[in-house]
Amino acid sequence: MSADVADISADVAVIGAGPAGIAAATRIAESGRRVVVLDEAPQIGGNIWRHRAGAELSPDARRWMDRLAGTRAVVWTGASVVDVRSVDGATGFLLTAERGRAACRVHAETLVLATGARERFVPFPGWTLPNVYGVGGAQALLKSGVSFAGKRVVIAGSGPLLLPVAASLSRNGAHVVLVAEQASLRAVMRFGLGLWRRPQSLLQAVRYRADFLRTPYTTGTWVASARGARAVEAVTVTNGRTARAIACDILCCAQGLMPNTELARLLGCVIERGAVVVDDHQQTSQARVYCVGESTGVGGVDLALVEGELAGLAAAGSTVDVELLRYRRAPLSRIAAQMAHAFALRDELRSVVTSDTIVCRCEDVAAASLDPRWSMRQAKLYTRVGMGPCQGRVCGGALEFLHGWSPDAVRIPNEPALLSTILAGSADMSADSRNQGA
Amino acid sequence: MTAPSRSDVIVIGAGIVGAACARALAREGLRVVVLDADFAGGGTTAAGMGHLVIMDDSPEQLALTALSMESWRELRSTLPVEVEYDACGTIWVAEDREQRDAVANKQAAYREHGIESEVLDAEGLYAIEPNLRSGLAGGLLVPGDAVIYPPRAALALLDDARRHGAILREGCRVDAIVDNGVRAGNEVLYADIVVNAAGAASAALTPELPIVPRKGHLAITDRYPDFCRHQLVELGYLTSAHVMTSDSVAFNVQPRATGQVLIGSSRELVGWDRSTNHVVLKQMLDRALQFMPSLSRLNIIRTWTGFRPATPDKLPLIGAWTPTRGLYVATGHEGLGITTSLGTARLLTDLVVGRMPSIDAAAYAPTRVLTSVSAGL
Amino acid sequence: MNAPTSVTIRVDGRSLRVAEGTTVAAALLNDGWLEFRRSVSGESRTPLCGMGICHECRVIINDVEHQRACLVTVSEGLRVTTSAATP
Repeated sequence: MSADVADISADVAVIGAGPAGIAAATRIAESGRRVVVLDEAPQIGGNIWRHRAGAELSPDARRWMDRLAGTRAVVWTGASVVDVRSVDGATGFLLTAERGRAACRVHAETLVLATGARERFVPFPGWTLPNVYGVGGAQALLKSGVSFAGKRVVIAGSGPLLLPVAASLSRNGAHVVLVAEQASLRAVMRFGLGLWRRPQSLLQAVRYRADFLRTPYTTGTWVASARGARAVEAVTVTNGRTARAIACDILCCAQGLMPNTELARLLGCVIERGAVVVDDHQQTSQARVYCVGESTGVGGVDLALVEGELAGLAAAGSTVDVELLRYRRAPLSRIAAQMAHAFALRDELRSVVTSDTIVCRCEDVAAASLDPRWSMRQAKLYTRVGMGPCQGRVCGGALEFLHGWSPDAVRIPNEPALLSTILAGSADMSADSRNQGA
Repeated sequence: MTAPSRSDVIVIGAGIVGAACARALAREGLRVVVLDADFAGGGTTAAGMGHLVIMDDSPEQLALTALSMESWRELRSTLPVEVEYDACGTIWVAEDREQRDAVANKQAAYREHGIESEVLDAEGLYAIEPNLRSGLAGGLLVPGDAVIYPPRAALALLDDARRHGAILREGCRVDAIVDNGVRAGNEVLYADIVVNAAGAASAALTPELPIVPRKGHLAITDRYPDFCRHQLVELGYLTSAHVMTSDSVAFNVQPRATGQVLIGSSRELVGWDRSTNHVVLKQMLDRALQFMPSLSRLNIIRTWTGFRPATPDKLPLIGAWTPTRGLYVATGHEGLGITTSLGTARLLTDLVVGRMPSIDAAAYAPTRVLTSVSAGL
Repeated sequence: MNAPTSVTIRVDGRSLRVAEGTTVAAALLNDGWLEFRRSVSGESRTPLCGMGICHECRVIINDVEHQRACLVTVSEGLRVTTSAATP
């Protein structure tokens, strides 16, 4: 075994350093337990608190990150988790990650999965053109330093992300020419009315709208196609009766969020309706594996924070503040449930796909190659769909929507990883390594 | 499409062996129905490396693989592009002088079957495979060997079978073989001839078949075109494949048409446990690095496991299963199912129609295991 | 508040000054790059998801292939090779 494998032991390993993971790790560390937090991105914050070093953060984000920084939690950014498994002949889990070009391993008694969510992409003709981004994707790129100043932007798709992203891009100089929500006005209104129970959320929504009052926001409208020579130049949107073409420099389009459940599935956790099932303490079906935040069901940052705190306390064996947190969690969970219902995807999105629209971008598999009568596994073997480096994370959501295909079983590596990293993960940590505490 | 009430042949299993047999039998004018519990090419066929290779661990294996390779070469020009037939050849890698000297025997054995090969010294080896580690002694290049993509190959063979009137029924699990037929759920399907080509699960239908699942791990990389150009196998592979009783790994690396590198191989007897065994995976990858250290800096994007249908004497079972009327078997191909599917189909068809088989088929006779059983072995 | 410092990176041989903390993906997009990688069927691809999921932003960074540009922050002297550099 090469010398450049970093080994560490901890009471708890937290995978994902978005709001949920940060809250969990903070509570664990403050309870006096050893905790290691891992995140793939160069900075902590996940998606919603994504930031460049030195850039401004929301007061909430700043408060939590400072609080975490004040603990003894070990934080590993740029760490992609490749494998996680029970250890033979011992309790706890061995987690293998790749950081830089080196493997690092964590032995932890307990895991908290805070792996967040990714966007659901439903293909349309032209979606592979340069300068077509997701919606959260555009936000992520903005926060990573992309300049949207002076660009004509169309934002389309579905879900509560459309408004905040439109607001954010506008504030940063983009000319947002249209925001198109595929859900009907009635569905969106029903969700909006539900927000009365959470005045803060309603105020937030109103503020977002105010940020770009001059921008048309239409419901019941979706993207039919995008076109352009070297990059996107125009997008055609339709409401099912009339279609119109809109010139743009950038198209942001995605259909809501899907929990990232890969690691939970690798560990054998029960998944229902695409989200990790957890009990009242945020524990999954696997002993000593907790799950928090968007991977238990998309519900926003406030819910993620509460869940993170609850799981952190449970993982640390603490009962401090638990009742209060449960009280705060309840209404937030209800809103999360309403959201899924309001923004359900309409059938027409299936008809937008043409025979030569690419469905799997890693392997360039077109829609016509896929027989709806197949299963996911059959399609993978016959066409290579889902067999590329993204491991089906992009096309999987599309295929579930288009053909009702459930995802195939998860195997290591959880992300593409060096063979040397996989080797490191296949070896057990020596007793000495296990004693090197966090 | 519903099957006729009585066919000439029912083939159980639409993996590559079942597909090849269905094709050959349909081409003889027989009415063939192929049944698969899941989908065509989804079993062992989907898990393996798709290596078309001459194998000489025994004279009978050499004869069968040679016959099969002849058939693959004949078929090659008709195969759709999705089958990705790549005549990249195999290099049997010699670690030391002793192995290098021994390849002369291998070359001679191949030559007897009309198979070309070229002995490589170290310089010759590195000239064509620079990513192999230094200090190797050379090897044997077999340019006629190839690589294909097995699931699509099975589909291509089935398509040909269907063009000759065969019917494929997927999602149809056979529960039992009866005299001149099979029972599948509530249905009984009749045929003069039933072929058990159910691969690693063959013994579930014909319990006396000494077929056990022999598990293998594989790993595939991202795209690194030109990392290697030939299928590379260590000469020790023959020992690994040959020894039934213990777990083993062997160096076996393959370039795929996509530019990805496929890494094998391992063998274990652990029943039907599909899960990744980290100890075995590590042994397999360590062995691969022994020969190609620069593999360690390639990205692996996927790993998986599969079950080879293994027999005690390493040879497949091809021919009539006399205890049951009308039953033939075509199974037990271990790690050579892709290659020998075509040779198996030829022999099986010869036997079914009552022709003299293309090669002496006695060594593959399924009844050989009956003798062992009745002798109490 | 301090003015952000800049670093110089090289993209397909061209020098680019980029604010510290920017990801390689953002740097390329700001400079107008319309091809990070070429897909299997030859299409030019740029980032889609912005968060390490889609793998469309893969470029060669400091001679290492298949690096997700959206997960790497620029550093002084960092070298990027896109597929546009290959004819």
